[in-house]
Amino acid sequence: MSDTQNQIKEMVETSPVFLFMKGTPDFPQCGFSNQAVSILNHLNVPFQSFNVLDNMDIRSGIKEYAQWPTIPQLYIKGTFVGGSDLMMEMYQSGELDKLLQFEES
Amino acid sequence: MFAAERIKELIEQDLPDCTARVSDDANDGEHFSAEVVSSAFEGVMRVQQHRMVYQALGQHMYKDIHALALRTFTPDQWPY
Repeated sequence: MSDTQNQIKEMVETSPVFLFMKGTPDFPQCGFSNQAVSILNHLNVPFQSFNVLDNMDIRSGIKEYAQWPTIPQLYIKGTFVGGSDLMMEMYQSGELDKLLQFEES
Repeated sequence: MFAAERIKELIEQDLPDCTARVSDDANDGEHFSAEVVSSAFEGVMRVQQHRMVYQALGQHMYKDIHALALRTFTPDQWPY
C-alpha cells in the first residue's frame, strides 16, 4: 500500500466518525460537503474531518481507497459508508442514526 | 460538456434490465442527477449499487462529470 493509502487508512481508523470534504465544517466549499456536515451536525455527532482542497494526494487517494469517485466521503469506524446522497437517504430512513449509536453506548 | 443522454446510454448498456432517468440539473453539462433501476441491484448494499453505476461511467466520472446526484432502485422499489 502506498504512503497516501496508509495515511488515509490511519485517519479513518483512528476516529470513529471521519469525513473527507471540500472546505471545513465551518466553511464548506461545496454544496455536497455542506449537506454532509449539516446531517452530522443535525444528528449531533462529533466527527473529524479533512479538507481535501489542501492536499491533492489525499484528494485523489481517497477516490482509490473507497473505489468511489466523489467527495464528500463518510467513514464510520474505518468503514466507508457513502457520499452525500447515501448520507441523506440513510439519514431520512434512520439508518445513519443507528450506525452512529455506538457513540453513546 | 457532457450530455445527460450519453450518461443514460452508458449506464443502461452496462447494467442488466436497466432504465436510467438522467437530467442535467443546472444545464451546464457538469452537474447531473440520475435515478437508476436494475435487477443487478437486488440483494446488493446501496454503497455497492452506487459503485456499479460509477463503474458503468468509468473515467467520465473522474473527468467530465463534476457531480451526479444518484438514487438507485431494484425493480420492486422503482416508483415509476
